[in-house]
Amino acid sequence: MRNTISTALLGTALSLAMAGIAMAQDKTVKIGSLSDQSGLYADLGGPGSTLAAQMAAEDSGLMAKGWKIDIISGDHQNKPDIGSNIARQWFDVDKVDTIVDVPNSGVALAVNNVVKEKNGVYINSGAATSDLTNAQCSPNTVHWTYDTYMLAHSTGQAMVKAGGDSWFFLTADYAFGAALERDTTEVIKANGGKVVGGVKHPLNTADFSSFLLQAQSSKAKVIGLANAGGDTTNSIKQAAEFGIAKGGQKLAALLLFITDVKAIGLETAQGLSFTETFYWDLNDKTREFSKKFAARMKNGAPPSMVQAGVYAGLIHYFKALEALGSNPHDGAKVVAKMKELPTDDPLFGQGKIEANGRKIHPGYLFEVKKPSESKAPWDFYKLAGTVPADQAFTPIEKSTCALLKK
Amino acid sequence: MSINLQALSAQLLVGLINGSFYALLSLGLAVIFGMLNIINFAHGAVYMMGAFAAYFLLNIAGIGYWPALILAPLAVGLFGMVMERTMLKWIANLDHLYGLLLTFGLALIIQGVFQNYFGSSGLPYAIPDALKGGMNLGFMFLPIYRGWVVIFSLIVCIATWFLIERTRLGAYLRAATENPTLVRAFGINVPLMITLTYGLGVGLAALAGVLSAPINQVRPLMGADLIIVVFAVVVIGGMGSIMGSIITGFALGIIEGLTKYFYPEASNTVVFVLMVLVLLVKPSGLTGRAA
Repeated sequence: MRNTISTALLGTALSLAMAGIAMAQDKTVKIGSLSDQSGLYADLGGPGSTLAAQMAAEDSGLMAKGWKIDIISGDHQNKPDIGSNIARQWFDVDKVDTIVDVPNSGVALAVNNVVKEKNGVYINSGAATSDLTNAQCSPNTVHWTYDTYMLAHSTGQAMVKAGGDSWFFLTADYAFGAALERDTTEVIKANGGKVVGGVKHPLNTADFSSFLLQAQSSKAKVIGLANAGGDTTNSIKQAAEFGIAKGGQKLAALLLFITDVKAIGLETAQGLSFTETFYWDLNDKTREFSKKFAARMKNGAPPSMVQAGVYAGLIHYFKALEALGSNPHDGAKVVAKMKELPTDDPLFGQGKIEANGRKIHPGYLFEVKKPSESKAPWDFYKLAGTVPADQAFTPIEKSTCALLKK
Repeated sequence: MSINLQALSAQLLVGLINGSFYALLSLGLAVIFGMLNIINFAHGAVYMMGAFAAYFLLNIAGIGYWPALILAPLAVGLFGMVMERTMLKWIANLDHLYGLLLTFGLALIIQGVFQNYFGSSGLPYAIPDALKGGMNLGFMFLPIYRGWVVIFSLIVCIATWFLIERTRLGAYLRAATENPTLVRAFGINVPLMITLTYGLGVGLAALAGVLSAPINQVRPLMGADLIIVVFAVVVIGGMGSIMGSIITGFALGIIEGLTKYFYPEASNTVVFVLMVLVLLVKPSGLTGRAA
């Protein structure tokens, strides 16, 4: 009897010790791609972001070195409560380490809090709000692709400098629209312009004619579109219908994705100028990746800037994990490592992650080609200018992030 | 806020344009509910199919807007008739709820299939050359196409009303709804009439889809976004009332337009607030029969 008990105890002790060893060399990673899978942002993130995450796992080379990488996806339906519930379940039940993508600033901010509470890793590519690296910054968050500060300071500034000194805003009525309008208004005022009015429209509006008429009668020189996805494409299409451009007013599409240009059609979209941090046709490396990506997409679409950000963010994440030797399942520790290592990936080139979580890389001012200039199905952009990496995003000394006050 | 009369009349006109879509869609729903007692949740999906049919006709067969205005509703209407014959027919005598669930499921499947192949951002469809441009009305710049939408849908709505309320065929139809057995006894093919009526309702939705293709994006979810509002319109107007749904459609478009001017944040909830108010005061809708 005694023997049995001691054997049992010994066995338990042994297995505990084994578990400890396994812990120390834990090479399993679980990544959740949380996105709008079927709504107005599904084409710029959605299933394409999950594909980008899978491709990052394949290209990282970690799997050949004995790592096990699992990728799951979830649909937040553009609702902050649903998004944070999925995130909670992922951390508590599914043991997810890292959440990527998360377009929609409202959802992104809600998920930001959950990831911080659960000490996970959050590589946001889809959301725009600059609050993620300012007032709401977190030691667990990296904001990869773009933000409202960047959009305001590139497209916004270029418009004001070209003489567009009075603005009327069409703003999506949630966190993103508010942040983009706020950041752009700052730029307009700093450059001597003024904002003469604006309307806040509900997210996912089909008909903009009423708002466009108000913009028209405001006589503002520039109509700033602080919205995204389907809202932007409908605004632009209907603005053409109502003769906005013929009346001498200019449209500033503060945030425009390649999927939006496709949806508007070059006939209507030609000449629009806007900013992105990635375009499939930038250089050989982006073309090579995009070709592989498009071949695996159902509609043959090249990656959007958001999907490219998911890929690049994860490539860097895997580098940090490899440098750590194993997965510590400690989000803050991994993110600290990500900030320590310089970034270098085929899509965004060399760069770095600031202490507030902001990924730094250049911004590109693009202009939409005329239909006659477009030679291939997704050949849409002309490069009109580059904002260097050190000027594209919030200067670190101006960031209000609490992590910086030490 | 100072009220600018010019701006106000512009908003009224814009509201009327949106009202045209509400009217066309709620009319189809009213026809289907009134004659078949089916709450057709697939209405948004067939509206979307109408727009896609126009897109396919143009980009695959090279057939332009004008023929599409007839061909797309015909094709989608035919699809609707197949749906009625193969599925809806079997649940005709059951509770409304079964029809609602079946059509809702169908709508999800149809939308899912389109989304799988075309994504969610939509495809462009150009305004036909003859209707390009606009005219200056003094108080606003009216795109000619939008003017056309208002006039054309008004004509279609009135023609449908006339067909059902004032013709012999319509009389048969209404009689068949009241007492199908008796009407059959007169030698009238009631099942065929039911199928054709469903086809008509679906065709009307598809027509609205073709009309909206040049204005909005041709998107798999274009119907899902609209259908809830249209149901509210039907409920306010009174389920099954043809004239009621036409008038409510236009009126709600105008009310929504005014909300967009005075308090834009509430523009996509105002219809539902109205619905609640109407239901509280008159549960059968403004022009509806008591259930």
